[in-house]
Amino acid sequence: MKTSFKLNGQAASLDLDPRTTLLDALRENLGLKGSKKGCDHGQCGACTVLVNGRRINACLSLAVTHEDDEITTIEGLAQGEALHPVQAAFLEQDAFQCGYCTPGQICSTIGMLKEAADGWASLVTEDLTADTVLTDAEIRERMSGNLCRCSAYPQILAAIRSAGGVA
Amino acid sequence: MSSVKDWAAPTPISENRSGLIGKGVDRYEGRLKVTGTAPFAYEVEAPSPPAYGVLIASPIAKGQVASADISAAQAAPGVRLVWTPHNVPAQGERGAKINPRSQRGSNPALAAKIEHFGQHVGFVVADTLENAKAAAALVRFDYAPEPADLIFEDNLGAADQPEGEEDVRVGDFEAAFDRAPVRLDETYVSPLQNHAQMEPCATTAWWDGDNVTVHTSIQMVKGGQHTLAETLMIPSTQVRLLTRYIGGGFGGKGQSYDDLTLAALAARELGQPVKVAYTRQQMFQATIHRPAVHMRVRLGAQADGRLDAFALEAVTHCRREAPFTEHAANFARSLYAAPNRLTGHRLVKLDIPAAGAMRAPGEASGMLSLECAMDELAEQLGMDPIALRLRNEPETDPETGKPFSTRQLVRCMTEGAQRFGWDRRNPKPGQVRDGRWLVGLGMAAAIRGNFLLPAKAGVRIDADGTITLRQGMTDIGTGTYTILAQITAETLGVPLAQVKVELGDSDFPPAPGSGGQFGAATAGSAAFAAGMNLRKALAELATGDPNSPLYGDDPELVTFGGGNIAVDNRAEPLERLVARAAPEGVYVEGSITPAADARDYSQHTYGAHFAEVGVDPDTGEVRLRRMFGVFAAGRILNAKTAMSQITGGMIWGVGTALHEYNEVDPRYGSFIAQDLAGYHVPAHADIADLSAMFLDEVDDKANPMGIKGVGELGIAGAGAAIANAVYNACGARIRDYPLTPEKVLAALP
Amino acid sequence: MKPFTYERPADVTEALAMVAAAPGARFLAGGTNLVDLMKLQIEQPTHLVDVSRLPLGQIEDTAEGGLRLGATTTNSQVAADGKVRARYPALAQAILSGASGQLRNKATTAGNLLQRTRCAYFYDTTKPCNKRQPGAGCAAIGGIYANTAIFGASKACIATHPSDMAVALSALDAQVEIAGPDGQARAIPLDDVHRLPGETPHIETTLEPGEMITAVVLPPPPSGGQIYRKARERASYAFAIGSVAVAGGKVALGAVAHKPWRARAAEQALAGGASPAEAMAAEMASAQPDGHNDFKLKLMARLGAACLTTTGAGDDQ
Ligand SMILES: Cc1cc2nc3c(=O)[nH]c(=O)nc-3n(C[C@H](O)[C@H](O)[C@H](O)COP(=O)(O)OP(=O)(O)OC[C@H]3O[C@@H](n4cnc5c(N)ncnc54)[C@H](O)[C@@H]3O)c2cc1C
Ligand code: SF4
Ligand code: FES
Ligand code: FES
Repeated sequence: MKTSFKLNGQAASLDLDPRTTLLDALRENLGLKGSKKGCDHGQCGACTVLVNGRRINACLSLAVTHEDDEITTIEGLAQGEALHPVQAAFLEQDAFQCGYCTPGQICSTIGMLKEAADGWASLVTEDLTADTVLTDAEIRERMSGNLCRCSAYPQILAAIRSAGGVA
Repeated sequence: MSSVKDWAAPTPISENRSGLIGKGVDRYEGRLKVTGTAPFAYEVEAPSPPAYGVLIASPIAKGQVASADISAAQAAPGVRLVWTPHNVPAQGERGAKINPRSQRGSNPALAAKIEHFGQHVGFVVADTLENAKAAAALVRFDYAPEPADLIFEDNLGAADQPEGEEDVRVGDFEAAFDRAPVRLDETYVSPLQNHAQMEPCATTAWWDGDNVTVHTSIQMVKGGQHTLAETLMIPSTQVRLLTRYIGGGFGGKGQSYDDLTLAALAARELGQPVKVAYTRQQMFQATIHRPAVHMRVRLGAQADGRLDAFALEAVTHCRREAPFTEHAANFARSLYAAPNRLTGHRLVKLDIPAAGAMRAPGEASGMLSLECAMDELAEQLGMDPIALRLRNEPETDPETGKPFSTRQLVRCMTEGAQRFGWDRRNPKPGQVRDGRWLVGLGMAAAIRGNFLLPAKAGVRIDADGTITLRQGMTDIGTGTYTILAQITAETLGVPLAQVKVELGDSDFPPAPGSGGQFGAATAGSAAFAAGMNLRKALAELATGDPNSPLYGDDPELVTFGGGNIAVDNRAEPLERLVARAAPEGVYVEGSITPAADARDYSQHTYGAHFAEVGVDPDTGEVRLRRMFGVFAAGRILNAKTAMSQITGGMIWGVGTALHEYNEVDPRYGSFIAQDLAGYHVPAHADIADLSAMFLDEVDDKANPMGIKGVGELGIAGAGAAIANAVYNACGARIRDYPLTPEKVLAALP
Repeated sequence: MKPFTYERPADVTEALAMVAAAPGARFLAGGTNLVDLMKLQIEQPTHLVDVSRLPLGQIEDTAEGGLRLGATTTNSQVAADGKVRARYPALAQAILSGASGQLRNKATTAGNLLQRTRCAYFYDTTKPCNKRQPGAGCAAIGGIYANTAIFGASKACIATHPSDMAVALSALDAQVEIAGPDGQARAIPLDDVHRLPGETPHIETTLEPGEMITAVVLPPPPSGGQIYRKARERASYAFAIGSVAVAGGKVALGAVAHKPWRARAAEQALAGGASPAEAMAAEMASAQPDGHNDFKLKLMARLGAACLTTTGAGDDQ
């Protein structure tokens, strides 16, 4: 099935098996292997990508449903040699060990910061009607959809803080 | 054979002139990882487009595959090959060439005899992943099931002494325990746990004539290479195994699995690259796990807290055909003084997936018992838990009487207590509230053995000055790339940017791999030796080269620094020397072997954990509020990566205490939790303010650099600190880990 | 996954017609449950009709002073909505306590209601399960998986409904708007959407084949406090082992039954002047634990009473 979308700013057109998930389309058909497969069932966050600016699990999304969407993956963040500030902060704070969850953590961070900037609440938001303040507890709750078995959580929190997490 | 005496002399590492040793430099491969360009095994570019392999698992725990109907699968779109026990190519016997200390051979793939639920019985290769998966569901099997022993608790009576092991007795434990005025006799249970590495096992394989290249996710390069060679019945020289980036191992990838075997076999059969990955569900059922352990602790003390009698007896389980003992009592042999001692292990053989090493095997489960028991004993005695531990601090190893190489346990506890605010702890449980939460503090000690294995490394310098370290070593997130670059740069006195590190290739000089927290010390010592050999070679080159300003100097007087080779104030850049005198470059190797006299010392890493938790009295939910650890683990090579390792280990302790467990279904032999929604590893929100510090230390009995492992120390004891904090918060003493809401709520009044 | 075809309708009428035309066709919304289950071949649709882009993504005021949540509004969108947060905080909390940020960005209001159980044996296709295969038997009965029902279970199935959102909607007395293939529309109380398992646990809702949810309608917010609290085995990104929604004295319980469990006995007791603890005791009197899930009795009694106390329900008696 013919599908086209914008991928990291470039037009991409594919002829897809409708069964192909966005994650497999990226990794196997388009050669963008930065998005990782940790569980293939929405249970780990390693496959997190940004679709129209919002973070989603690419493993549970069929690629054919993304006609005309704007998709950003880990490969689309750096500007040439210059890392995206969130990537630079992850490197600087040692916010990963094996690095397998990392592309998902980074895309998720970018999506999460946008959600917070848009004033979205989280479960730990005490006053649902107040403005969003990204406390440590807020960041942790909002990032909980990205498991890190190496358990770089303290370092990830530090990276998000230093990348402008204090909204 | 080296001697620890040789290790005390000053070295470029101990002198640390450019300050690279210990510095928290960014990860060597970090840029690749934050940009998503580090290729993991399934992502490696093959020379031609690969076909996709998918595994099929057994739904029975024990028996035989009676028959298989592959016709529908074979006829399905895109299918290239369907294998079952009846048509899988012959595989050689494996395991002969493997170092049994750190490695283990895999089982034959697709055997007709089923030894556990989830064992692979079928394999399908197709042109796309979608086609392969769909076809895999079309293979029909008939089974001849046999009765299976599945339940650990039901078979405790059948526990045997592990082969070749004996209980360790010092003094007369029973008599001393009987006459002790204060006694504790409790049993603690730690559950079956899964590694849950984020990257599932995966292999990409292709052939070039008689030679096979495999990229696979494995912690031990040589073990994997030899196993595959034996399987394929070809010499190891025809197998090139690469494992450059590994998405977590934790012991679970210490051996190879069916993805490696079948990718290689299928690539040969099809004359095309083949890649195979485990599904998340297969990771649970068809790799190893940490077995459950029942631990009986008996402590007999004087009224002043002095231990007279100490016993820890552990019963654990393994798969019938794959003996493995979780040595949950070993750590205790060196921890606390007590003249009368008993430690030992018993093993139950079951028809479930194989037990094996998982981060800090032994300590991770074992310390959950004794470190909780010490808390209980302290309460019985009316003592502070730290004071009780100080009272029982031994002068020398309490079992063997050997001197400790280093031991800063006391300082870890006292320093930690002070920084954490331990004096704010109310010894009476259930006294502190914060809103609806009941708040408590707990602590525990940490100990984990330190090891050194034989290893080699190669280092070359090229005419442009680039220094390349090569080693058949792995980096599973531990920071190996980074510390080897630091060691090499410091040894040769060059900037970090001048050093390249290449790992994870069976063509490189061998190292044992990552495991048992021996990686940094073992691989690093070999890299250091190689660097020292390169210094020697370059010194000889310069002093023998008429065109060098060092010509005619004594090679012994040559120094390295700032990228230069020098004697007094005569110097030249390394690249100038090499370009002129050895334009093809200089390559040397170095090696490390354990020192015989290192065994004259009791050698460990130590630490102390402090935790503050909240218990929700409405639900029994426990939340970590604060955690702090102080550790002594030899010289620290990289402040950043060592800290990440230690805090990562502590977080594993949080998971161990609160979240992680799996259960075997007594009817089917399958795990109840088969995915990451069912098996709960800690998530971000579970980890509150958590930090650690290292004490200054150099252990010159450990290796030439005075370093020790840090990868496993962080988990040792961490869970017990949390369990003790839960008791302090709410008075619920739960000896059956993890402390789930269900168990905590049941224990609450 | 089994092969299937895929279509994207322009409007509701077309969507209904597409599903009606193809036996084995299913609506696809966020896909976070359906695709998950298709990968395991627990769901095997032959045709997918993608409703995610239908013009049902609005949150609108109703004439009665309530809110209409379009079927394809995402969980994130609803939880972020200012009116929802101000007037239906229990709903916002329930949604925010479910799944993860990523999943909530895809998950829709209708899809969330119609998600299927997380029973471990339902997911393990090597086990008998009446829900997957009617008549096959139930592996959960006599098994050791403990996150099972204490209310309304049957001899055929003891699974629970996993949605958090639905529990809050139940306490809020929401209505569900449904459109049928032949053009007729109806609205039913949320409580009537899900069924108890009985002899046919594979029939989970009262929706007829081919029917589509078009909206969920919230009545004006009740007077009195609202809260949603969820107990689980880790702090986030985990399904409930028990949850409670309270909205103006209405109480619903989660993870205890094949559907969001409206605690009518508790509500009646409250109305009769009972204390929070007494009200919960009245509700739990009809619970039937099975030996493995007994912990839910104490859990629900305490959590329910705590929620009632915080919202002030039962205070004025
Ligand atoms: C790892 C994980 C953790 C989760 N944790 C939680 C949790 O803690 N709490 C919680 O509540 N949920 C949780 N969820 C479930 C999640 O909330 C649901 O998957 C999601 O809400 C489903 O919405 P969807 O739009 O993606 O539905 P889909 O998957 O698209 O559809 C689900 C079902 O609804 C049908 N359907 C969809 N739209 C319509 C319509 N308009 N009319 C008729 N039928 C329709 C589909 O045919 C399908 O049968 C979790 C999911 C995952 C994967
Ligand atoms: S409880 Fe229901 S869903 Fe679970 S196995 Fe039994 S029938 Fe299937
Ligand atoms: S791979 Fe998508 S969530 Fe795990
Ligand atoms: S860095 Fe290894 S899983 Fe996060």
